[in-house]
Amino acid sequence: MSSPILKLIAQRVALGILLLLAVSVLIFAGTQILPGDVAQAILGQSATPESLANLREQLGLNEPAYIRYFHWLGGVVTGDLGTAMSSGQDIATSIKGRLWNTLFLAFWAAIVAVPLAIILGLIAVRYRNGWVDKLISGLALASTSFPEFFIGYVLVYFFAVKWQIFPGISTVYDGMPFGERMQAITLPATALTLVVLAHMMRMTRAAILNVMQSAYVETAELKGLSAFNVIRKHAFPNAIAPIINVVMLNLAYLIVGVVVVEVIFVYPGMGQYLVDHVTKRDVPVVQAVGLIFAAVYISLNIIADIAAIVANPRLRHPK
Amino acid sequence: MAESKAKPGVLLDIRNLRIEATVFPPGEPPKNIVLVHDVSLTLEKGKVLGLIGESGAGKSTIGLSSMGYGRGGVRITGGEVILNGRDILKGGKDGFRKLRGREVCYVAQSAAAAFNPAHRLMDQVVEATLLHGTATRAEAEKRAVALFRKLSLPNPETIGERFPHQVSGGQLQRVMTAMALCSEPDLIVFDEPTTALDVTTQIDVLAAIKDAIRDTHVAALYITHDLAVVAQVSDEIMVLRHGRLVEWGGTRQIIKEPRQEYTNALVSVHEIEHAEQKPGTTPFLSVKNVTAAYGRSHIKVLKNVSVDIYPGQTLAVVGESGSGKSTLARAITGLLPPEEGTVTFDGRPLANRLADRPKEDLRQLQMIYQMADVAMNPRQTVGTIIGRPLEFYFGIRGRERDRRVAELLDKIEMGKGFSDRYPAELSGGQKQRVCIARSLAAKPKLIICDEVTSALDPLVAHGILELLLELQKEENVAYLFITHDLATVKSIADSIAVMYRGEVVRYGPKSKVLAPPFDAYTDLLLSSVPEMEIGWLEKAIKGRRMASAGN
Repeated sequence: MSSPILKLIAQRVALGILLLLAVSVLIFAGTQILPGDVAQAILGQSATPESLANLREQLGLNEPAYIRYFHWLGGVVTGDLGTAMSSGQDIATSIKGRLWNTLFLAFWAAIVAVPLAIILGLIAVRYRNGWVDKLISGLALASTSFPEFFIGYVLVYFFAVKWQIFPGISTVYDGMPFGERMQAITLPATALTLVVLAHMMRMTRAAILNVMQSAYVETAELKGLSAFNVIRKHAFPNAIAPIINVVMLNLAYLIVGVVVVEVIFVYPGMGQYLVDHVTKRDVPVVQAVGLIFAAVYISLNIIADIAAIVANPRLRHPK
Repeated sequence: MAESKAKPGVLLDIRNLRIEATVFPPGEPPKNIVLVHDVSLTLEKGKVLGLIGESGAGKSTIGLSSMGYGRGGVRITGGEVILNGRDILKGGKDGFRKLRGREVCYVAQSAAAAFNPAHRLMDQVVEATLLHGTATRAEAEKRAVALFRKLSLPNPETIGERFPHQVSGGQLQRVMTAMALCSEPDLIVFDEPTTALDVTTQIDVLAAIKDAIRDTHVAALYITHDLAVVAQVSDEIMVLRHGRLVEWGGTRQIIKEPRQEYTNALVSVHEIEHAEQKPGTTPFLSVKNVTAAYGRSHIKVLKNVSVDIYPGQTLAVVGESGSGKSTLARAITGLLPPEEGTVTFDGRPLANRLADRPKEDLRQLQMIYQMADVAMNPRQTVGTIIGRPLEFYFGIRGRERDRRVAELLDKIEMGKGFSDRYPAELSGGQKQRVCIARSLAAKPKLIICDEVTSALDPLVAHGILELLLELQKEENVAYLFITHDLATVKSIADSIAVMYRGEVVRYGPKSKVLAPPFDAYTDLLLSSVPEMEIGWLEKAIKGRRMASAGN
């Protein structure tokens, strides 16, 4: 590792932190713009002007907004995400288990989806413009075009109701054996895989086709390499940067975009938690979840950037 | 089986080769065109056959057919390619794969593009050998190092650990030759292996290739458009044009006693007699002590450069790539503001930055580029392209503009009918002519020509140079002519500036610059230009006083 790479990576990380701060300001400002405030929400219809004033005093709502922002930010940095209004529970503790569940589901969906998408992309390039290519592209596009709730219900209908192979409701709990847990998440993971597959597969195909025009691909063909080895050894390593970017975008989607799928399968993840508390107008929870989603999104994109930098031999091995 | 077809000593026997491709002209149904018309050739073991011709002559297509390869949808539709006694066209895909990289290897024009940027050189060099299982990795790497040494690459033991971008263009071309030789093939196809290199580097690579061919007894098809180059390495030369054989004979016969008119034209193409004009009393443009660098880099690309340009005359700037020729043009046009020094025009200093220059100053300096096709908007017609400066600088529109466009088309010896054509419908030479007309439309005092003939075939380039000279007489326009090609310089220049690593090392009227005594670099540059003379290469290598910077 050389210094230009370290410098580039440090730049990316610094930019990411700056971006996250900006997002936190936006999230905070957004929740302030909403009509009413926390005190009103807590007291509801029965609020008298006196009790409102008392509660505002108690919650520090009379302070100027920027002071409250820094209070909130200070809490977030030290791991204190505040207290949920609806239940009075500590948000950090209740999120922990949920976040773990979401990551568990996203991880297994990614383990299947990413290699599958890349391999399908490679195969599509190998048989480009032939029927194999068209079949792969068509199926992948179709699976992406269907809304995820539709895919979810189709899966439930066949696998849970008709054939009863997998449970239709993906309840998981602490201390659940690994095997059962895996069985519980099979259907939501499948739905997620089908949703993200096409995007990654088509990007793999396009990125590789782009470098297939290069003179070094011709060189490899003229060495007598088989078509698949030309793609794998000579085209793929040079197409990796755009592929990583799309993979990371989709991984981020697996974590922050699972709301619908989690609701369908009643899976106790972050998405469900968010939806529950949006309906309850529980502002502190919405803020906390929004910030975590933003952090996930930004860090995965930083990783993509860094991976693309490291994958470039010109940067890795300067003159 | 097909063994009976083999003649003793013959390695490659191509009979009545016919190659076709499908083209898709815009707005018309796809049609078949024949690229190679029934060409036959034979090559004996260990001999070198030069294939020569302009672009579109089918030289590369024929060369690649010996590996059963057709670039971009090109199809071999007739004839036989008999290699080592069997018709390889009957072997199918698996047959091709077995012979590629084993019996026949390929050296591409631009090694810089032909090496995979993601892998180390050694892995790429031994790849074919390992693939075909003709040696173990240790043996193959040992062989590769020996070849690196034979091709006089620096640090032969360790150069294989490098990535392509860490090695210069001339060295990469030699590594590519080593890659082709590594699997000990019977035949190597060299496809313009030195065309992309500087003359001073070309001579080293040429000598290395020639030695390697001699010592390994490999046979070769040497493809190039430069007859002087091919005369140095080949035993026989085949002249091709439009996919047809023009003439085939021994090297001495082709260059000394060509039998066909076309061959004769190729042999004698370079010379244009151009009488040098004496510099006038006052230059209209002077560059004084200009120093420039890219970005905030402390590496100066131009160091204290001073040159003068006189009305209606040509200053040629010569040097190898990286010597700062194009940077000088960028400094004069304001694209790269100089750090120090000034550019004066008609007695007053020009603003350093392009953005600070008035329209009138922009009009006076026009540019023509090497790549004519990317210098024009592909979606505009020739008329729009040439008419644009008329509208922009003079506000001429409508019928008057069309009349002027027709006049300019006439000046570049193209008819009025071209006005409605798109750049994609023109040949390379015609595109460059349109670029010339566009620059003339602004009625400038100076046109900067940046390698304008380098991408063109010799005969076409010749026509462009004659046109430029004639326009100079008519319009009294001055040229700053940037080139690496000394033959071009002799044909067009009144004065010459030789640049080397950002400095002007020799400057003056043509007759003085090209007359001895020479400084070491000018001597190297002059002695590196291939001459159509058998044995020139050996003489030139022996007589050199310094090594080229590209090594």
